[in-house]
Amino acid sequence: MQTLNPTGQPLSVLILFAHPYPHRSRVNRALLEGVHDLPGVTINDLYERYPNFHIDIQREQELLSRADLLVMQYPIYWYNNPALLQQWKEKVLTLGFAYGSGGHVLRGKRLLCAISTGQAAQSYRPEGANRYAIEQTLRPMEQMARHCGMDYLKPFVLHGAPRLSEGEIQAGAGAYRLHLQRLLEEMAHG
Amino acid sequence: MAETSLLGNTVIYLTAAVIAVPLAKRLGLGSVLGYLIAGAIIGPWVLGLIHNVEDILHFAEFGVVLLLFLIGLELNPRRLWSMRRPILGLGGLQVVASSALLMIPGLLLGLELRVALVIAMGLSLSSTAIALQTLQERNLLPTRAGRSAFSVLLFQDIAVIPMLALIPLLGSGVQAESGGLMGLLKVAGAIAGVVVLGHYLTRPIFRFIAKTGLQEIFTAFTLLLVTGIALLMAQVQLSMALGSFLAGVLLAESEYRHVLEAEIKPFKGLLLGLFFISVGMSINFGLLLAQPLLILGLVLLLIGIKLLVLWIIAGRTDPPLEKDQRALFAFLLCQGGEFAFVLFGVARTEGLLSTALVDPLILGVSLSMAITPLLLLLLERFIQPQHIHLGEPRPADQVEEFNPVIIAGFGRFGRIVGRLLYSSHIPTTVLDHDPDHIEAVRKFGYKVYYGDATRLDILRAAGAEQARLLIIALDDPEASVHLVQLAREHFPQLKILARARDLSHAYQLEKQGADLFQREMLESALRLGEQGLRYLGLGAYHAHEAVNRFRDYDRSLYDLLREEGALELGISIQHQGRDELEQVLNADRAEFPHQRDPGWE
Repeated sequence: MQTLNPTGQPLSVLILFAHPYPHRSRVNRALLEGVHDLPGVTINDLYERYPNFHIDIQREQELLSRADLLVMQYPIYWYNNPALLQQWKEKVLTLGFAYGSGGHVLRGKRLLCAISTGQAAQSYRPEGANRYAIEQTLRPMEQMARHCGMDYLKPFVLHGAPRLSEGEIQAGAGAYRLHLQRLLEEMAHG
Repeated sequence: MAETSLLGNTVIYLTAAVIAVPLAKRLGLGSVLGYLIAGAIIGPWVLGLIHNVEDILHFAEFGVVLLLFLIGLELNPRRLWSMRRPILGLGGLQVVASSALLMIPGLLLGLELRVALVIAMGLSLSSTAIALQTLQERNLLPTRAGRSAFSVLLFQDIAVIPMLALIPLLGSGVQAESGGLMGLLKVAGAIAGVVVLGHYLTRPIFRFIAKTGLQEIFTAFTLLLVTGIALLMAQVQLSMALGSFLAGVLLAESEYRHVLEAEIKPFKGLLLGLFFISVGMSINFGLLLAQPLLILGLVLLLIGIKLLVLWIIAGRTDPPLEKDQRALFAFLLCQGGEFAFVLFGVARTEGLLSTALVDPLILGVSLSMAITPLLLLLLERFIQPQHIHLGEPRPADQVEEFNPVIIAGFGRFGRIVGRLLYSSHIPTTVLDHDPDHIEAVRKFGYKVYYGDATRLDILRAAGAEQARLLIIALDDPEASVHLVQLAREHFPQLKILARARDLSHAYQLEKQGADLFQREMLESALRLGEQGLRYLGLGAYHAHEAVNRFRDYDRSLYDLLREEGALELGISIQHQGRDELEQVLNADRAEFPHQRDPGWE
């Protein structure tokens, strides 16, 4: 059954999927397959839609306006999101739309980062190879959400993606699905 | 010894041509005059190396046939139809008015009416070979004067038919037994034959021959086609040139058009050269020396009357030709032509004209032909430069600011570039010689120059001295290479961007100094290939990246071929194709590197 928001409308989830080579990816593809049939979910595959980085700004802003929950799903690469997602942010989250005078379209919406990393969880520690916790790596996202008046959620992270077994991947995909379902429940009940 | 003399004559002709023509060109006289002079020198009256002038003239007339075939190839039926008014109007007016005026001196000299009429008709015709060769050589065919002249020449070719039919009727008693109805049927049959052959039969035959891959058979068939049609036309007493022109028009839309052109061109050049040589040879200096006043008077009268008529009718085109174009038009057509030889010859055998009359007439016509290139030279050097300044009817153009971009060629390729610039509000000047293209874009505020972009004066007029970009989108690879050269030399500040047909053309453009080139098919073919990869299951970005990688590889292949000199090695722009393809495919066969992208899970 569909989850409804407090005003009785069905809750809408927009997943911004940013992966240049989805066919080579086991992990991100499994994650996406795990949630694509949830009620209210719209998947926006950025690299598939904008292979030459020419983004349809109006379409993107309309999709954003309709969403209650925005999920950015991508593999972390060099402590950052893939280039096209960066381009998306620069082009779509404009003054007067996402921030500044009159820019309150995103206000009150929630943002979830659903990411995979290449290295084990232990490496994201002060003594680890990556030195900073993954939450710290995601600070720019967090600040962006705040600047747009969004509610930034604790990220969903799957560490060590290249070395995950098939079983672990399936488990990860199940956890992702459950995580989204819970979020929707929560949002429905205020 | 017949064979030795044939070879001997060939050596004489070729030597004369090889010496005289480059010299004449060097002196700015044009190749036609060079051939004429060469002919006069080796002919019976100067060195006397060659005697059977008339035979050679007959053979060389075939050069005119090939010339008209080539011109037909440039004109498809639709364009020909759109010229019907100038052909009938201008051409008809020229022939009728010139004949009428040229009759007067004959009558005053006491000639019989029918004799004066035949002479006047013969003299009213202009020289297709001289006029068209000059137009082509100087790239004037696309100008308004050039087109009008062409229309008139075409009408004359048609008018010869009734004229030839009229002569036996005027002749003294020797009745015309060509049989009206039968003759008409034959003519209709021959034309129908050309249409069927040109339109339906040639393409399957060409396809068949193309499959065998025998280049020389292709050439042979092309020549056979033109010769056969010319012969068929001669059989029914139609103009051979007209028949081959018709065949050319019918083949203008065939996919073999360019190959045909490339095959015929060298033959045309040489035979036409031979034709001019033989006209030079037929100048009877003996007669000229014997009766200089009579001959010169004849030539002056001929040229004077025709200039007058041509000047007047050039003002009657719609819209009237501008002053410099009028002069060009008149000077181009003011001479007598090769058809006069034919007409007078027939009239002599029919007993209408005496040899005493025909000889000075033919000499006069030959001289008028020889003088034409000189007159054009005079026009160009002394008269026209003034007209270009004085006759400019739009002084507003000079005050107006020049556009930063010039696009040469507004066909499929140029139009896209133009629209792109337009969408960015960049004012653009367009050079094109297709009136259809031009009419349409004028309305949108483009500045348009009708004419050949490879002419320096037109480039200047279009503001090439002030412009920043020259975008060359011409269809003809040779013309575009020429334009790059010209622009580089005269307008060093221009950035030159050119459309290239393929690798070797790109190389030529770059060598001549183009700043940038884009192969016309490359990007769209890559786009299509990209979609293909997507249909095969590659992600959109992945396919896009594969195309980017291929583009880089292709560029590096170009650099490699250039460094190896492979692009220069004898691959002429017209005749490349297979060689280039082989090289490229060989290079492709070396394994295409597979890129791995670790880390994207």
